[in-house]
Amino acid sequence: MRDVAIVGVGCTPFRPLTPEVNWKELTFQAAVRAYEDAGIDPRRDVDSFITCAEDFWEGFSIFDEFTPDQLGAVLRPMHTVTGDGLLGLANAVMQIKTGLCDVVVVEAHSKISELLTFEHVVELAFDSVYEAPLSRERDVHPYYVAGLEMQLYLHETGTTEEQCAAVVVQDKQNALLNPLAPYGTRMSVDDVLGSPPLSDPLKRLEVAPRADGCVVLVLAAGEIAERLCEVPIYIEGIGWCSESPWIAARGAEALYAKRAAQMAYEQAGITNPLQQIDFAEVDDRFAFKLLQHVEALGLAHPGQAGKLLLDGMFSRDGELPVNPSGGCLGAGDLIEAGGLARALEVVLQLRGEAGARQLPDVETGVALSWRGVPHGTGAVAVFRRRS
Amino acid sequence: MAHEPRTQTHNDERFGPPPNPQGRRLSAQEEAQLPHIIAKPRARYAWAAGIAISAFLEGLKRGKILGRKCVGCGRVLVPPRMFCERCFRPTDEWVELPGTGVVETFSVSYIDTDANRVEEPILVGTIALDGAPPHCGFMHYFGEVSPEELHIGMPVEPVWKPEGERVGSILDIRYFRPRGR
Ligand SMILES: [Zn+2]
Repeated sequence: MRDVAIVGVGCTPFRPLTPEVNWKELTFQAAVRAYEDAGIDPRRDVDSFITCAEDFWEGFSIFDEFTPDQLGAVLRPMHTVTGDGLLGLANAVMQIKTGLCDVVVVEAHSKISELLTFEHVVELAFDSVYEAPLSRERDVHPYYVAGLEMQLYLHETGTTEEQCAAVVVQDKQNALLNPLAPYGTRMSVDDVLGSPPLSDPLKRLEVAPRADGCVVLVLAAGEIAERLCEVPIYIEGIGWCSESPWIAARGAEALYAKRAAQMAYEQAGITNPLQQIDFAEVDDRFAFKLLQHVEALGLAHPGQAGKLLLDGMFSRDGELPVNPSGGCLGAGDLIEAGGLARALEVVLQLRGEAGARQLPDVETGVALSWRGVPHGTGAVAVFRRRS
Repeated sequence: MAHEPRTQTHNDERFGPPPNPQGRRLSAQEEAQLPHIIAKPRARYAWAAGIAISAFLEGLKRGKILGRKCVGCGRVLVPPRMFCERCFRPTDEWVELPGTGVVETFSVSYIDTDANRVEEPILVGTIALDGAPPHCGFMHYFGEVSPEELHIGMPVEPVWKPEGERVGSILDIRYFRPRGR
């Protein structure tokens, strides 16, 4: 089957609030940049467009119908994936691999600052007759689900609260070098540990603050990619997986991520992730998720990620940098755009265009997304710069 | 073998039942027999109007209808957009339109959101504003006109709210009426 590569990327800066533009104008800005980067005209050169969005985040029903204008997709093949951006990327890869399309555009955005009742919408994602009434009865914030998972993860793996707190410190420090990231800062493990408990053991500073923003990626079949750009970044494998939605049925090891990684690794020929992968960008809407996801990717043994993080293995100058972008904790929780934000950083790093945070000598990077509480869906993509 | 009808409809002798017949409330006893959960989603939003629509709404407050011109295709987009979806390029300049236009299509609506018959039919439609191309997306009510008179191609003009009552909303225009009425 044909190769698929990323030939264009565009985004808006990630920001806590974007009242100056509506979501269409925000998306247009990111799309213009992606097309310019790819050197294509969307009205002429793109075979299919994909948006990743969920009606309740947007506040529109059948949001699918609102997507063409701002991408240049009017009267063209276009569809929406109700899920994270990496799931849209998987659709794009399939459209190209099958030969149906040559050039495909994937877009995901967050205008989450416009949702005034975020917690209540999250609660609507709970099982409506069993789980949601339990939340509503005592008006408990839905992030208790993250508290449940973190508690179990710490218990089963022996990971410590200090190790989780160190994730926040590293992410926010990395974010200082990323002009796209709004939440960079210098802080200490004690600052994080001393922040107010939300759903114990989860603390205030361990939760990624939300952000608005848009990411657009342009994909092309290998032979076209080589013509279009100097450094096409190949998608060597992509996998996705969903757990049962029963919140109380989850284990400590992010099985959705593990299975998604297995699927992607098989396609990419990765049998020894630690040796074959140079860096990773993973979802860390909650600090412990970075450790759990790194283990699910096979980049650390279960329960070892926290210790390795403290040893510096995952820092920018470590053996296997994780979240050089600052991750969700530093760059913001971008809702369904989270996966594409992770992929964007991987592409920039592999192209050598990551500026002050550029990692030296990277050839293979992996991106992992998770849909957030209360979901059990994840996706993994492996990207490579072919020499 | 006759069954009780399961639904009651607001039959109108002239028109028959509305398209969505109304059910009846369950009795307290029936309701108690059915295990169920009642929840009212709390989803509230504050959408930014954006650059183009913000200026458009400000214009309405001042009694002006503003469009954006795209020099790529020559169209004036109203309601305005900061980019042209056909050319996929930013639009170029603000244009004030006279407000007059012609009816592109219309419908005489006899039912409300719950499919109840309304006393006065509601006249809704789209308008090709003078100075803008057809099928640009301008929608409003019609007034001071009977359903029988209203027709495609009818010249119309806006009826504005008094200046002090305008707030920067599409409803600052009450409706469109036949021109010169
Ligand atoms: Zn145009």
